[in-house]
Amino acid sequence: MASIRLAVPKTAQSGDIIEIKALIQHEMESGFRRGSRGEVIPRDIIVRFECSFEGVQIFAADFHPAIAANPLLTFHMRAEKSGRLLFEWTDQNGETWRDSADLEVI
Amino acid sequence: MSLVFNRRNLIQSAVLGASAAALPGSAMAQARARIVIVGGGFGGATAALTLKRLLPSSDITLIEPFDQFVACPFSNLVIAGLRDITSQSFSYDRLEAAGITRIADTAIDVDPVAKTVSLQWGDDLTYDKLILSPGIDFRFEALEGYHSGMTGRLPHAWKAGSQTLWLQLKLQALEDGQTVIMSVPPAPYRCPPGPYERASLIAHFLKTQKPRSKLIILDAKDQFSKMALFKEAWEEHYPDHLEWRGASNDGTVVRVDAEADTVFTDFESFQSPAINVIPPQKAGFIAERAGVADATGWCPIDPLSFASTLQSDIHVIGDATIAAPMPKSAFSANLQGKVCAVAIARIVAGMSPEPTVLANTCYSYTTPDEAISIAGVYSNAGGKLSSISGAGGVSPLRADKAIRNAEAAQAHHWFETITAEAFG
Repeated sequence: MASIRLAVPKTAQSGDIIEIKALIQHEMESGFRRGSRGEVIPRDIIVRFECSFEGVQIFAADFHPAIAANPLLTFHMRAEKSGRLLFEWTDQNGETWRDSADLEVI
Repeated sequence: MSLVFNRRNLIQSAVLGASAAALPGSAMAQARARIVIVGGGFGGATAALTLKRLLPSSDITLIEPFDQFVACPFSNLVIAGLRDITSQSFSYDRLEAAGITRIADTAIDVDPVAKTVSLQWGDDLTYDKLILSPGIDFRFEALEGYHSGMTGRLPHAWKAGSQTLWLQLKLQALEDGQTVIMSVPPAPYRCPPGPYERASLIAHFLKTQKPRSKLIILDAKDQFSKMALFKEAWEEHYPDHLEWRGASNDGTVVRVDAEADTVFTDFESFQSPAINVIPPQKAGFIAERAGVADATGWCPIDPLSFASTLQSDIHVIGDATIAAPMPKSAFSANLQGKVCAVAIARIVAGMSPEPTVLANTCYSYTTPDEAISIAGVYSNAGGKLSSISGAGGVSPLRADKAIRNAEAAQAHHWFETITAEAFG
């Protein structure tokens, strides 16, 4: 199981631009490296990240083999109402990892 | 114990070998060149003494603002209260007695075309050959919220002296139960295993003096020098007093707030009255002024003579250079000072530099009487520095305590030998 870290402010004023950070621990093995006996290390990467707020997608990214291990994404949203942020990563084999964070707009 | 004498001999034989290689000496004895050296650390002091020996008729001038050199190796023992800082301090008396002119001033600019060095107070100096041994400076701008005025509040102790004592005081003033924080930068930086030796000795201090406290290391890397050996020692000696967090575990410090005694990673914040921020680094600032540092902030060199590849008649040695696989260490700087001095002596006597073999050993204390080491041997032939495979190595894992004790004793011999080599 990959370990996920999220940084989302617990509260925000309506209209604030808030910073969101999301990190997942993953090797992001590029498929271009070779092991000690010369064998190709097979590709194993996350290919898609999506973040939604109350069911509406607010950020998404496609990952390719040049993305470093343990990808960290930082992005912003405008806080307008309270609700739940959902984060989802999908790897090349369709396996997914999810986490969520609640935001209260005051 | 044979290891001790081998390594001590290695330091000394490098000079003898170099001197012998420099023969015939008559051309050198008569050569008159004006050689200016900036920086009186392990690299610059060694280069000055070696050059005076090889070129007795030449003017050798060392620019160094401080009357006392305070050595970084072993300064982690001072931080942990295990050693007096006076044992770290060396004067330039022997260099001056050998006929080297020391100017107690700071080099603030270099004109590589006119071949002059500007000083903060004194008149410009003209050189035929210039050696820069400027050590490191900090990239304050690389860490959000950090600036040069914060080193009292968040000591780096990565240049030995008052900073060393300041960090020691912060540890002594700690209340039992409070956490100590250390921030480690990404490579390259001075002394690759240094942060982990420091962590070991701080953990020892906490274990014996503030048993409810612990140290958290926030690291911008996932791998480090002698990692398996350090982790083994930490598990054995400091399971409750030391926690290491690597980059992939949110260990990278991205922001500091000195007023709040707080450092921030991407996802967390850590508050402590004793925060040791080891900042990201670059070559000492005079390297930039002289135009010998590249976009990385470090100085590319021709490994045969340590001549800058960016400016003619300027050589760079020590931590400021791009000399990988040689690490940025006192041992490396000392040998590079010798190799550079021999190369310059040959050049001014009308000969060309010749390839040689270089070496490095880094000892690290894991407790006050146990140490581990890594050694490398390098060739500067073929236009690059390369490790000689099969030479060098690291201390064994799961070793008997007697081996660790013996290496601690060897480390002491090493310190005495290398400081005697450089400063007398």
